[in-house]
Amino acid sequence: MTETTSNPAGLVAGDRVAGRLYTDPEIFEQEMTRIFERTWVWVAHESELPRPGTFKSTHVGRQPVIVTRDRKGVLHTMLNRCRHRGASICEKPQGEANGFTCPYHAWSYGLDGKLRGIPYPDGYEGVVDKSELSLRKLRTESYGSMVFATFDADAVPLEEFLGDVRLWIDRFMAQGGGYPVKVLGRHRFKFRGNWKIQLENTTDGYHFPIVHRSWMASVDAETADMMSFMTDPTAVTHDLGNGHSVMQMVPEHSDLDADDGTEPLQGRFRHLVEELSQTLDAAQVRKLIRAMHGTGFNLNLFPNVSMSAAFFRVLRPISVDETWIEHVAIGPDGPPEVEAVNRERLRVHEHFQGPFGFGTPDDAEGWDRVQRGAQADPGMPIMVNRGLAREKPSAEGWPTSHVTDETGMRAAYGKWKELMSDD
Amino acid sequence: MTEPTMLTAPVPTTDPRVVRAVELVWREAELLDRKAYVDWNALYADDAIYVIPVDPSTEDFAGSLNMVYDDARMRRMRVTRMIEGYAIAAVDAARTIRTVTGFVPRAVSDDEVVLRSAQILVAYKRGHHDLWAADLLHRIRLSPDGPGSDLIVQKVVRLVDSEEAVPAAGFLL
Repeated sequence: MTETTSNPAGLVAGDRVAGRLYTDPEIFEQEMTRIFERTWVWVAHESELPRPGTFKSTHVGRQPVIVTRDRKGVLHTMLNRCRHRGASICEKPQGEANGFTCPYHAWSYGLDGKLRGIPYPDGYEGVVDKSELSLRKLRTESYGSMVFATFDADAVPLEEFLGDVRLWIDRFMAQGGGYPVKVLGRHRFKFRGNWKIQLENTTDGYHFPIVHRSWMASVDAETADMMSFMTDPTAVTHDLGNGHSVMQMVPEHSDLDADDGTEPLQGRFRHLVEELSQTLDAAQVRKLIRAMHGTGFNLNLFPNVSMSAAFFRVLRPISVDETWIEHVAIGPDGPPEVEAVNRERLRVHEHFQGPFGFGTPDDAEGWDRVQRGAQADPGMPIMVNRGLAREKPSAEGWPTSHVTDETGMRAAYGKWKELMSDD
Repeated sequence: MTEPTMLTAPVPTTDPRVVRAVELVWREAELLDRKAYVDWNALYADDAIYVIPVDPSTEDFAGSLNMVYDDARMRRMRVTRMIEGYAIAAVDAARTIRTVTGFVPRAVSDDEVVLRSAQILVAYKRGHHDLWAADLLHRIRLSPDGPGSDLIVQKVVRLVDSEEAVPAAGFLL
């Protein structure tokens, strides 16, 4: 393995990566352009843009963007930067608007990014053609209500990039229990470490009973039992290609639509069953309750989003040693009586997730420690070889190993190596 | 219990009922900085809610996502988490020093005081100081048995940056 930043791809072998991948600012700079400005990056869930005129502001890599739904319902992702002197044109995290007006000289843009108006335009006569000064646009495509954008006009279509992931997105969204899924709220937190430490973590079944012992000790026995996958041979991780992977922690909940009716509903939700049963039939209630913890898998999409059991985990690289994370709570988008489900889902989410959850702070402590430890001889390898000898193709042809194995990390680093290679 | 009415004229912070409430808030702050979580929880009534909302403008905590939304059961489990030694974030938690000041009585009766205040907390861990600024609201039940039996029935911690990324914490606000 070579250890130079001029050829970072040489720092990744099949079963190990150099610690320098977490600590070298030059590698980080290259990642921002070669990965985050090239591949498809998740920017929104469609429920965040429910009507024409709705928008959210976010980032693709380090670049600020606005995602909008225009009057015709078309989604756009545009740089949050005025074409005149570069001011950001939107500082609201989300909202509804007819367009965006730069606060500096009041250049105004439509929801589709077209430059509509310039005050005192006489100074620009013979100088500016407004049609050439739309907001800079990224390609925007969505699948299963998941919206992605890319800077690369020549990138393969999103559906091709996702490939076999599409089946798992379909399965993930089944947790709406017969209704579409909507965003309920989000936790935001930061840690002092490289973004790839987090990328690895959502496909790391191995850490769960160790780092999350505190959470496991606080939940009811049925929930703790549900998450006891360490020695379950049916709990497996698949490499789905293109850096994506799926980790099936609770395989009996991987396909929520497959229900033979024998699994008892968790006792902790008895009050909710009673409440819902007043307006919904037994089959509808069962569907919603079985999906209270989401689906039984973490679907890890390279490079920035995980569809993780009952929420989305979105990472934003800030610098080589700082990453910001969003944990987005989701639930069924149904009639008012289904809101009781969402109140309970919020409580389940709060219990584990967020800066004061019973799970997240312990994850963040582990990641901080990786960043600190990796300062020691950055040439030493980070091992991602667990389960290498028992990794075999599944019937579908996906490289597959146990859920505690590092198959998903090897998948992600394989894609990283491909994108970081000199071409 | 009489329902406290919103004040038409300001009650001075020297009012003996307000003084009792302020002293309880300061006692709580000191216990949290010392990480004396069992004693801290004993300051809360059984029907009390301790909440750190994400949305600083909401009063509908049950219908919103919060960072903390603890009733007595969740608070007990949280205290266990903080002290039992399994939670690596709590084991290696930042040291904290907090100042609570700027008290504004919002409602005062002989049974209950509702008090707003400003909290500045500095958390130090491994060479970094993090700053946590928050607007606090305490609803305090005054006991006929005297100040030693006064209890917190509601605490709302509205961080100035609650909708932004904050560090994942191994301590409580």
